[in-house]
Amino acid sequence: MHEWGLVETLLRRAEEKASEHGATAVRRLTVSIGELAGVEPDLFEAAWLEFRAGTLCANAALEVRSVVAEWECPDCKAIVAAGGALRCAACRKPLRLRAGGEILLERMELEVP
Amino acid sequence: MCEVCGCGDPEIVAVEVRESLLEGNDRRAAHNREHFGRHGIVAVNLMGSPGSGKTAVLEATAKAMGGLRLGAITADLATERDAERLRAAGIPSHAITTGSACHLDAALVHRALHEFPVADLDLLFIENVGNLVCPAIYDLGQAANVVALSVTEGEDKPLKYPVMFRRADLVLVTKTDLLPHLPNVSLAAIEEALGKVMPAPATIPVSAATGAGIPRWIEWIERRRREQDGRSRME
Ligand SMILES: Nc1nc2c(ncn2[C@@H]2O[C@H](COP(=O)(O)OP(=O)(O)OP(=O)(O)O)[C@@H](O)[C@H]2O)c(=O)[nH]1
Ligand SMILES: [Mg+2]
Ligand SMILES: [Zn+2]
Ligand SMILES: [Zn+2]
Ligand SMILES: [Zn+2]
Repeated sequence: MHEWGLVETLLRRAEEKASEHGATAVRRLTVSIGELAGVEPDLFEAAWLEFRAGTLCANAALEVRSVVAEWECPDCKAIVAAGGALRCAACRKPLRLRAGGEILLERMELEVP
Repeated sequence: MCEVCGCGDPEIVAVEVRESLLEGNDRRAAHNREHFGRHGIVAVNLMGSPGSGKTAVLEATAKAMGGLRLGAITADLATERDAERLRAAGIPSHAITTGSACHLDAALVHRALHEFPVADLDLLFIENVGNLVCPAIYDLGQAANVVALSVTEGEDKPLKYPVMFRRADLVLVTKTDLLPHLPNVSLAAIEEALGKVMPAPATIPVSAATGAGIPRWIEWIERRRREQDGRSRME
């Protein structure tokens, strides 16, 4: 259900960005959602379709990119796949999530008259 | 106007944004963290499924904890029950009724901080909404994330809800007094599953019913407190 709140934030930020650029409409939005972000892309898109009416995004296309989780050793920078222990086999350090935790508004295409 | 041919069609302008949709929450969480830091409060965000034993652990903690001044903020969807239970156990508590919200966010906690006197506390427990997904996403400004996972939930929960467990600093495996009735559940299996989703797995088995493990949990809290004190003195 927090997908709704996130979509509200997305629409608000998109409108702010659009007016900064003097745009009259948003044509396209690209959003990245990490595998470990805790966001269901289907729910996110459903909320998007529901809430965008009456905003500058009313006719915009939404592209949702899924980002696969990638763990990395903070010391030796080795990339380790999930599935085993989240610890570097060489340095014994707990791994750090390098990608896959994000919920990002990546880019927008604006219609500027 | 399109500058190439002057046709009157709008120009398409691409804008790179690369902004987190959680940025607003993260900013407010940083502000809460300043509140806590300024008053020397260690804030613990306690999460877990509905009924995993969050309130019961806090009741048991109040009974066994000596010396520290405790407070709690509880997230109750519709009632003030948890706050009332904690007050009865001796912990001054403030209920945030979240209505239909499935998680606390930094703004809700901030409002509570201005309604509920926390300045004199040493330790503030924030009991989040019972939910193994959403609360993990929202930073509240806490010093530590603790997840209560009861032995009756099944040892596969960490694998099914990795988003929650990857952010946990500690997992309290609760209701261990029930283990003799659960021949198919073992602490070892729960710990093995946690090892696949937590980069630095840390677990303490506890029973609010018998008090087993509660002293180890209190030691863990006191260690966190010393760490935070040490850090704030260095700044
Ligand atoms: N046997 C046993 N039962 C427990 C223990 N801790 C909690 N319970 C029971 O589990 C149920 C839920 O406990 P709560 O403390 O209310 O759990 P909670 O996580 O705070 O629940 P919500 O806030 O509603 O999500 C109650 O019926 C408790 O009596 C325990 O250590 N042992
Ligand atoms: Mg409770
Ligand atoms: Zn949610
Ligand atoms: Zn390494
Ligand atoms: Zn403030």
